[in-house]
Amino acid sequence: MRTPFLVRLYRALGPRWAAALGVFAALALVLVPWLHLAVPRDHPLHLSDHFVTLGGKILCYAIVAVAMDLVWGYAGILSLGYGLFFALGGYAFGMYLMRQIGRDGSYQSDLPDFMVFLDWKELPWYWTGSDSFLWACFLVLAVPALIAFVFGFFAFRSRIKGVYFSIITQAMTFAAMLLFFRNETGFGGNNGFTDFKRILGYPIWAPQTRVALFAASALMLIAALVLARYLVASKFGRVLAAVRDAESRVMFLGYHPLWYKLFIWTCSAMLCAVAGALYVPQVGIINPSEMSPANSIEIAIWVAVGGRGTLAGAVLGAVIVNLAKSWFTVAFPEYWLFFLGLLFIVVTLYLPEGLVGLGRRLASPFAKGGREGDFAGAASAADSGEILPGPPFAKEGVGVEGERA
Amino acid sequence: MRTIALLLWLLALPAWAALDPAVVRRLAADDFDEKLAAIGQLAASGDRLAERALQAMAEDNLYVAGDQVFYKDGDKAMDAASGAALPAEPEGAEGVVVNNRIRGELANALAGFRLLDANPAVRLAAARELQTGVDARMAPMLEKALAAETDAQIRQLLSLARAQAHLQSDDARQRLAAVKTLAQSDNPNAKTLLLELMAREPDTAVRQAAGQSLKAVERRLARAENIGRVFSGISLGSILLLAALGLAITYGVMGVINMAHGEFLMIGAYATFVVQGLFRAYAPAWLDAYVIAAVPAAFAAAALTGMALERLVIRHLYGRPLETLLATWGISLVLIQGARTLFGPQNVEVANPAWMSGGIELLPGVVLPWNRIAIIGFSVAVLALMWALLNLTRLGLFVRAVTQNRPMAGCVGVPTGRVDTLAFGLGAGIAGLGGVALSQIGNVGPDMGQGYIVDSFMVVVLGGVGQLAGAVWAALGLGVVTKFLEGWTGAVIAKIAVLAFIIVFIQKRPQGLFALKGRFAEN
Repeated sequence: MRTPFLVRLYRALGPRWAAALGVFAALALVLVPWLHLAVPRDHPLHLSDHFVTLGGKILCYAIVAVAMDLVWGYAGILSLGYGLFFALGGYAFGMYLMRQIGRDGSYQSDLPDFMVFLDWKELPWYWTGSDSFLWACFLVLAVPALIAFVFGFFAFRSRIKGVYFSIITQAMTFAAMLLFFRNETGFGGNNGFTDFKRILGYPIWAPQTRVALFAASALMLIAALVLARYLVASKFGRVLAAVRDAESRVMFLGYHPLWYKLFIWTCSAMLCAVAGALYVPQVGIINPSEMSPANSIEIAIWVAVGGRGTLAGAVLGAVIVNLAKSWFTVAFPEYWLFFLGLLFIVVTLYLPEGLVGLGRRLASPFAKGGREGDFAGAASAADSGEILPGPPFAKEGVGVEGERA
Repeated sequence: MRTIALLLWLLALPAWAALDPAVVRRLAADDFDEKLAAIGQLAASGDRLAERALQAMAEDNLYVAGDQVFYKDGDKAMDAASGAALPAEPEGAEGVVVNNRIRGELANALAGFRLLDANPAVRLAAARELQTGVDARMAPMLEKALAAETDAQIRQLLSLARAQAHLQSDDARQRLAAVKTLAQSDNPNAKTLLLELMAREPDTAVRQAAGQSLKAVERRLARAENIGRVFSGISLGSILLLAALGLAITYGVMGVINMAHGEFLMIGAYATFVVQGLFRAYAPAWLDAYVIAAVPAAFAAAALTGMALERLVIRHLYGRPLETLLATWGISLVLIQGARTLFGPQNVEVANPAWMSGGIELLPGVVLPWNRIAIIGFSVAVLALMWALLNLTRLGLFVRAVTQNRPMAGCVGVPTGRVDTLAFGLGAGIAGLGGVALSQIGNVGPDMGQGYIVDSFMVVVLGGVGQLAGAVWAALGLGVVTKFLEGWTGAVIAKIAVLAFIIVFIQKRPQGLFALKGRFAEN
């Protein structure tokens, strides 16, 4: 008889991970629903609607951060275009939610309101099947995966990396944003999709639905973490880290970095899209501003704050920064950008390994550098306060390989 | 002078007799068609008195009392037919009612009168005005003006106007001649007229000729449009160049992408705004010169900010380009919010100095505005300065050395740290100059720099690192291509197409259009 799945999972994760995930699952799947649904509204322990929605939103962000960390922390590729995949997932699922409104929109038409407004008579071809939940789920995964695969194939094949890759992905999401801003694109233009009424037939604002979506986000985050943990601990993950640290050497050893990078890049795009699909029904709106370059670059700072190259760090960073954001934008809206900007500067200057790295350093002041799966090398050289004497292209490599003729 | 002109007038136009009072009375008829007919008749007379009467009508200054039509000159009432002062203002006068159709007709008729003015500039302007909406009744008047005209340019315009009038003639030969003349036109209106004619023309020969003329006009219009596009492309390109030159230096020398580069443009533009404010407050007489004073101010503001940032932040991130990217993004957020706190979130108003407004009209519909011409000239000057700085000075030599091979430059004694700071300051300062240029053609607001970072990086990627020539060709090429694509497909699709093109381009030429040749020890 084969070992049961959960036991194998426990062994693969190790005791600390399994315990942490178990506690998280108990909190998110039992305690939060109970506090929201069963505890009476006026009880001090009751969790408000606002908290559950905010929590669900932050869980989605945490999934994105894990996706980002897989590519940036473990493969050394900084993409500034994650907003695109997130929004594409959101739009793909939003199409389904729009169709679920049925005739309850302000124009009482079978078509979504914005199409009636534009005087369209029938759905564009790419809306075919959007009333099916399964098809929507398929689109959520397939569209971003296809785009990521094609884009990644061409980019990685010509060995575009470093800041070149970052800027090109930023240009990609910027171009997509312009495209989605147009009414003719068929996704609601500026306003995007909103005014959702129900999901799978259940009213979307009911407390039960809200809790179900929250729980789904939590489950997805756990799944993402397990998958990511499995990937980075496998042989595949080792090769990936090697590609990050010395791509040429990996090639000389007979590996083809293209497929390693492409696989992790496409996986993480799909993960991002799933997060987007879970995000949209919880916040109730998706519009092209999700694709703005500023949003995508903010994802990078979540990961950097937590500590890239560590999965826990990515989740931690996403939670902390977003909690800070929702507090700041209410308390001192005009200072949020100052805070965010300084966060970028301080973290890159003084916390190259993020909060997780800081915690480790505090916990064991005598251990220094060289832990596997961490950013050693350039980061620890800068830690010791010295400026690298070599060319600025030392570690992560600027631009394209061909430049080093 | 005036008297001489008047005398000439009197000599040239012996028809200084009183108008037919019956025709003048019809100006005040109840029926608008009758009014139109009267205007046509008076316009065709070319009479000075008719001009006055029509002018008064256009100014809502024509009155009727019984059969007496008059206009007011100061507090005197003048008879419209004879031009003589009336002894007293008639009782029970009513204003003559004018509608939009009549107004259009009056404007044309008055332009016809101005065709006979002694001043060639007035005649030229009147002839230009007559390029649209000429009608058959104006033919005799145009004929008369053409006979008297000596200036070749005005004659050309007049014969085009006459041809437009003749298009409505009943005589097929006259129409044919008119159609052939119109082939010379570069006015969009001629195209419409020819199309209309082709739809109703019974005579095949005329129709054929009209088809040929139409093609000629369309060719000329297309050429004018293309010239306009090339110009706006070069203008966009020169702005991209100003934005990208600084980035090319910092990226070339230090290998870091400065995401706050757009904010140096913003700093430059706000510096222009501040200088403008100072001039308004302390030297209003010299206000038109504020742009000149803004140039060094913007350079200094942006360069100092840049050098401070290099010392405080970027210096500590060498060797970690991705982190530099994030840190400079953070800097840009702080700078944007700083501008918002200091100057408010709204756009501020930076006015063009008087000598920069207006433009040269090459062809009807193709105007080259002075501010854009000035920016093109300005970017050429900046480029020349940059070239001189990089190629003729010691600092330039150091900058080039560090760009090509940093450790080797360090070994032979180039102070690489100081070169970094100065190069960063220089790049930021040039972006500040770009901000001065931008303030003259666009909005000045806290977010204005954000849109330029991707574009200017594209210029750098396309042109190749550390190459002035590459940056120039890439900026101009991108500008012109974008403008042409915009004409065909709309702005958004054009932008997407350009981005897609660049992504494909990097596949083929990863080092850009102009790769540095020589040895590199970068690995």
